[in-house]
Amino acid sequence: MKLTLNGEAREFDVPDDMPLLWAIREAAGLTGTKFGCGAGLCGACTVHLDGVAVRSCQTPVSAAEGAEVTTIEGLHPEGRHPLQLAWISAQVPQCGYCQSGQIMQAAALLASNPAPTREDIVSHMGGNICRCMTYDRILAAIETAAG
Amino acid sequence: MTHHRMPLTRRGFLVCAGAAGATLTMGYAATTGAATASTSAEMISPSLFFDIHADGRVVIHVTKAEMGQHVGGALAQTVAEELECGWENVDLAYVGFDPRHGLMLTGGSWSVNWTFDALSRAGAAGRMALIEMAAAKLGGAPEDYSAKDGVISGNGQQITYGELAASGLSPRTFSEEEMAALVLKPAAERRVVGQQVAQLDIPAKVDGSGVYGIDVTLPGMLVAVPAPPPVRYGAKVLSVDETEAAKVPGYVRHVVIEDPLGVQTGWVAAVASGYWAASQAARALKVDYDPGPNANVSLADIHAESRRLIETEEDTRLFVDDGDVDAALAGAASTLTADYTTGVNVHAPMEPMNATVEIRDGTYHIHAGNQFQTLMTGLVQALGVAPEKIVFRQCLLGGGFGRRLDADYVVMACHVARAVEAPVKLVYSREVDTLCDFTRPAATVRLTAGLKDGAVTAWKSHSASAWASARQAPAFLTPDLSGDPEKKLDGFAINGADHWYTIPDQRALLSLNQLAQSAMPPGHLRSVGPGWQMWAVESFLDEVAAELGEDPLALRLRLLDGAGKNAGEGAMTGGARRLARVLQDVADRGGYAQPREANVAVGLACSAAQERSAASWTACAAEVEVDPSDGFVTVRRLTLATDVGTAVNPDGVRAQLSGAALWGLSMALFEDVGFENGAIQADNFDRLTPLRMWDMPQVDVAVLDSGAYPTGAGEPGVTVVAPAIGNAVARAVGARVRSLPITADKVKAAMKA
Repeated sequence: MKLTLNGEAREFDVPDDMPLLWAIREAAGLTGTKFGCGAGLCGACTVHLDGVAVRSCQTPVSAAEGAEVTTIEGLHPEGRHPLQLAWISAQVPQCGYCQSGQIMQAAALLASNPAPTREDIVSHMGGNICRCMTYDRILAAIETAAG
Repeated sequence: MTHHRMPLTRRGFLVCAGAAGATLTMGYAATTGAATASTSAEMISPSLFFDIHADGRVVIHVTKAEMGQHVGGALAQTVAEELECGWENVDLAYVGFDPRHGLMLTGGSWSVNWTFDALSRAGAAGRMALIEMAAAKLGGAPEDYSAKDGVISGNGQQITYGELAASGLSPRTFSEEEMAALVLKPAAERRVVGQQVAQLDIPAKVDGSGVYGIDVTLPGMLVAVPAPPPVRYGAKVLSVDETEAAKVPGYVRHVVIEDPLGVQTGWVAAVASGYWAASQAARALKVDYDPGPNANVSLADIHAESRRLIETEEDTRLFVDDGDVDAALAGAASTLTADYTTGVNVHAPMEPMNATVEIRDGTYHIHAGNQFQTLMTGLVQALGVAPEKIVFRQCLLGGGFGRRLDADYVVMACHVARAVEAPVKLVYSREVDTLCDFTRPAATVRLTAGLKDGAVTAWKSHSASAWASARQAPAFLTPDLSGDPEKKLDGFAINGADHWYTIPDQRALLSLNQLAQSAMPPGHLRSVGPGWQMWAVESFLDEVAAELGEDPLALRLRLLDGAGKNAGEGAMTGGARRLARVLQDVADRGGYAQPREANVAVGLACSAAQERSAASWTACAAEVEVDPSDGFVTVRRLTLATDVGTAVNPDGVRAQLSGAALWGLSMALFEDVGFENGAIQADNFDRLTPLRMWDMPQVDVAVLDSGAYPTGAGEPGVTVVAPAIGNAVARAVGARVRSLPITADKVKAAMKA
């Protein structure tokens, strides 16, 4: 299975129907993408497929063949994407486990809609659960990053 | 974030030579009075708390689990304040397990409260030792020198902590008397404590580099995923057919786990090369079970048993007994009684339970995130592993909320690692994580008030529930007030019933619901006993006010007079008046007195959680709108205030208070997994529906620093939200809901009643 992962061509010996999540975490060893529910219900596993936010636990690796896969590790070379900087500035994370998925979900929004309204943000982020309930700071950080 | 084990090398700097030669007792247990669960009162050196390295870095050893509360930051600020090492020189290292730390447990909102004095003194002792060493090296007396930001100056000379560390000076020990005599900085001179320093663990949480338990990978490691048993507890595996599972590429074998400790029952795990294969195989295993004795137990049975225990008063435990409540009730002009209940709540941290175990040369190397290392290592010892054969590496916790006070996932991983003779990472699927949670007890609290001449003359409380401590850590059970040493109770099931309202004649009783204990093993869930006790107390206060024809705020302020035992003492000085202050604050900021449109109202609640001896004075005003057509409740705004004494990091306290408020809201309105036929009913985030961003109201939090000794911030904010919402709903549409969660159906039904 050939993937372009964070800009790098990679080849993995995994079954076609393996969810992209496990190819990323276990075959590629990139553990920033998290397993939360395995059912597309929580958003912890969110990555970009050709720039679109997808739930990697529900995306068979075969569907990613030939596409550009971007994970939290590849969002910015030094981890200084405007959202990551805003996340630090607003001191968003508590346990932090869902935050890779939150940031990837938000990054896809800002890429397609650089000036989202609050309603746009809330509607776009509704699929991502934060059990520590940092939603207020997530919202504030996205608004900061959007300028 | 620095997340490494820093060995004590020759270049490392020991303030003290170590346990063998130390003359200093500084275990956490010795400072907390929690001797019942303490493992040791042995000598402990300050070098347990931090190392100073030749490059000037100060590595502060954090014995508490990092699960989102940034506790390491608060504890490190406490050390750094007195050590004068400069905050920018600080790194954190999370300690795995070391019995010299005494009780290793992160919970109860205890962390800062239990360690603030000890860590302040450890820092001060370190500073003093460094200054003495500088004087010995540079000449003159210690009094000629002072330390600031890792540099010692005096006699026209300077030397850094790093330079001293590199020079290999002899150790300095402090006697217990010297430690007690150390003069700590007055609050006005603090430069680190009270500052909103950036949390050191956050950068690794935004770039994917933070290592949680589930991220651990070992060479040759297999992955195990359990199959969900048919009931929460008590099932037994009769036979397993692995024909279909064996067809899954990567499948290795299955393991029937018969745990002699009984932490989980009826478990079969599929073992494979990775998670995907193991989870598919776990689904494909055909398992024949004996469902055991609890297969017919449902939530309604548990609540019915609690009501029976309350009505018969058989085998009760006495928690509060002031005055003569029977006489006061007999003499009352009228009485009011109501029952309050909770549903079934699970922790559901975003990181499912997992542990990685490698058995190498008889030593168990355990990688996981855990809140209660003392219990966890004790359980592994109970599997026949000698203490010196247990090595624990603490990882980041992808949420704790009390779930990781248990160590079932470590025990189960040990069993699988033994069976397969290879390193194993055991990961609960979300379904197993939910179905096999140690839930918040489904509690029933009956409150009775005696009323006479506009006064509350008697107050009786009787609660029945499962007791988490009785299952998990019986050392935490404490004698009740009867004087019979055999009569013990779980304070974690009743804390909060000993409220701060001045009512001379009152009694609080607790019963253990054995049916619940057996069928739905209880755990500690963020807010613990006060989570349901304050739901009852604060809801009932509004009902009493209505009965008296008095405003609920006015009634509370009248009863929070700080008289007698409610004056508080020591760090609790101010007592009920401090509670009144935060209550008045949220009433003012939350617009309690403002007129509202139809079906909209503000409700209040206040709480001195988590315990009377370590109260964080907290209050909430909840503004709700109720749709009278269907009973649907929309929470528009939550206004909270807390007085935690000294806020070591005010922004950290605000983050905890805000998160706690929304956690409370989520439990109050949205979360209930159900329990039927011995089994939790919801198994994933389709039927378990915690609050999402679109459910979020405006949240306004305030930290009112009173300068008193610090108390905890993680949980108290939870305890006030459900009753404030319930009271707001009652004020908005006249519907009093007495069972959690407050669903639209219950509101609608109460409106008709």
